[in-house]
Amino acid sequence: MSSIKIELRNEDVDFIKATCSKFNSDPQELINVLHSCQEHFGYLPAEVQEVVSGHLNVPVAKVYGVVTFYSFFTMTPKGKHPISICMGTACYVRGAEKVLEEFRKELKIQVGGTTSDNKFSLSSLRCVGACGLAPVVLVGDKTYGRVAPDDIKGILKEYEK
Amino acid sequence: METIKLTIDNKEIDVHRGTTIYKAARELGIDIPTLCYMELHDMGIENNPAGCRICVAEVEGRRNLAPTCSTKCEPGMKVKTHSTRVLNARRTVMEFILSDHPKDCLVCSKSGNCELQDMSHRLGIREIPGQEFAATSTYRKDTSPSIIRDLDKCIMCRRCEMMCNEVQTVGALSAVNRGFMATVAPAFEQNLEYSTCTYCGQCVSVCPTGALTEVNHVPQVLRALNDPTKTVVVQTAPAVRVALGEEFGLAPGSIVTGKMTAALRALGFDYVFDTDFAADLTIMEEGTELLDRLTRHLKGDKTARIPILTSCCPGWVNFFEHYFPDLKDVPSTAKSPQQMFGAIAKSYFADKIGINRKDMVVVSIMPCLAKKYECQRDEFSVDGNPDVDYSISTRELANFIKQANIDIKNLHDEEFDAPLGESTGAGVIFGATGGVIEAACRTAYEVYTGKKLERIDFTELRGMEGVRSATIDFNGLPVNIGIAHGLGNARKLLDEVRSGKSQFHAIEVMACPGGCIGGGGQPLHHGNSEIIKARAAAIYAEDRKKPLRKSHENPFIIKLYDEFLGKPGSEKAHHLLHTHYFDKKKKIIVKK
Repeated sequence: MSSIKIELRNEDVDFIKATCSKFNSDPQELINVLHSCQEHFGYLPAEVQEVVSGHLNVPVAKVYGVVTFYSFFTMTPKGKHPISICMGTACYVRGAEKVLEEFRKELKIQVGGTTSDNKFSLSSLRCVGACGLAPVVLVGDKTYGRVAPDDIKGILKEYEK
Repeated sequence: METIKLTIDNKEIDVHRGTTIYKAARELGIDIPTLCYMELHDMGIENNPAGCRICVAEVEGRRNLAPTCSTKCEPGMKVKTHSTRVLNARRTVMEFILSDHPKDCLVCSKSGNCELQDMSHRLGIREIPGQEFAATSTYRKDTSPSIIRDLDKCIMCRRCEMMCNEVQTVGALSAVNRGFMATVAPAFEQNLEYSTCTYCGQCVSVCPTGALTEVNHVPQVLRALNDPTKTVVVQTAPAVRVALGEEFGLAPGSIVTGKMTAALRALGFDYVFDTDFAADLTIMEEGTELLDRLTRHLKGDKTARIPILTSCCPGWVNFFEHYFPDLKDVPSTAKSPQQMFGAIAKSYFADKIGINRKDMVVVSIMPCLAKKYECQRDEFSVDGNPDVDYSISTRELANFIKQANIDIKNLHDEEFDAPLGESTGAGVIFGATGGVIEAACRTAYEVYTGKKLERIDFTELRGMEGVRSATIDFNGLPVNIGIAHGLGNARKLLDEVRSGKSQFHAIEVMACPGGCIGGGGQPLHHGNSEIIKARAAAIYAEDRKKPLRKSHENPFIIKLYDEFLGKPGSEKAHHLLHTHYFDKKKKIIVKK
């Protein structure tokens, strides 16, 4: 559950309305509408879900049900630099757990969380298909291979501007 | 329709194409167990998400076991419902369900009336293997004015979700999250209080476990009864007397009015009164309002809103405040019988017996959970003192009677006390769908035409169809009546009113399927709609037994107006017996 209360601006509401209209305000298109909204806002705060609910005529509880069912959807805003740590088998056996632990310590956030300055967010994923480089870390679009816990401070420093 | 032949447990049967294996088996007298499937046949309500997997059976030629509740019969199918493979699988499924269920059956409020407990017993589960290693999902408990959600006990049958969304179209509950954390919750997993919940309690009435239960107010009532400074007055709704007996093993439809009255007196209530009296009063006020609006409307007065909607049902009131606040001047302003009773008890009657309203405690016995919320509404209190202090359900009363060692079946029938215990047959039929509007017609006809009503039974207004309509001839004036029970059906009529297409002059709405007899506070029907029909039949039988069957003939109602209120719709009547409604649309906010 999101802990951030946001105020939607008029243009935000207009965007959601337009998105719903693009899908003929068809309740069956809920997932597509949510996709577009997440792409636009970066996440799906409760306020966005309420507006979607109103325009598609789907109870807001149902919208929330869909948002929480699919792991693709998120209710917490991603940081400017989203960090993903691969926890696939190869990365895991080569110490991804320790790498993740180091990120948690450095950023003082849990998996799924975002730093208070909105700079970094932390998530784990399953196999990016670069097992030869295990353990693998993604920061935004950039890939880091053979990452050791000692490298973490250096990686984060690259983004501290 | 095409008929197909198949074999279930070596018995041949012909069924219509499209029939599920589960239903075909039922026709053969084979009772396949299930936890999630539920059907209220007469109301067209069905839940088959194939979620619990208890109903699986072996179908020859099929690799895996089939959930019979959602697998359709095919020609030549050979089904086994109790092979070794089926029984083992069913047992394993049950063990998995139980491994993530609290084991506090001894103190669970559903104990003894729990479908999960019964199923465990039926399947002969005696241990839960690997339980010491199994994690259990825990969830925050949520207590609203009417309903307690204890989702640790949820088995994801999703009956509540079906009732809330498909039948009631309230949309307060949805399945949320996934896997181990999956549960049923309001939007953003807020408390029910901040959702669009109407407290109709239909979720509670279908929950197979203790996940959804009512807030128990018996301890508060007990305290009041034992407080020597308090005069405790009780009122009983019409639907209670035709259902209470079920909790004591009597057949559905048993009428226990006299025994219930005796039991209430034995519990220690100082005055045992009847909500039916207030129902008669409701008819006087609502009927007057109906005739006033109708005659003004016929004269071309544009300010007279037609149709008029009944306002007895608190779940329905919550519904239109949430979803149709733009129409809040359409329902009658008459309070519900529960609240009319409270207002009269704590004014007229308190004066009569010479006590202060603060020294009187009014308890209501209701088939309803929304009544708990209704009596807590701010507008129904005077200087913080509520007109009705506590509302307890039929189920809570039954439990209270058992706790007090009262053998209700062997009590001699007793009468209600006067003056607020006298009622007519019109008050009784409030308990069934169509009853309020029939009672209103009995009085409005005579008041409008000045003639005696020859045929008291308006059978055209009775029945179990979700939306019904009839035209009643008021001596040359055709009055179009609409009736809806179940909030989804009410929504259909409301949409027509909103778009200006409604042809009705008056509409009765009851939130629960069947009306109050099918209320969220009634003994659990466990998916048997015959029980609700039996209660309806009992309501009409009780009506026929009454010497007086029209509200305006109730001598104590006449006296109440003579001595106290003046005439229906008077200023005093408005002050005590009418209310106003709120726009609750904005209340759906995200509390964090």
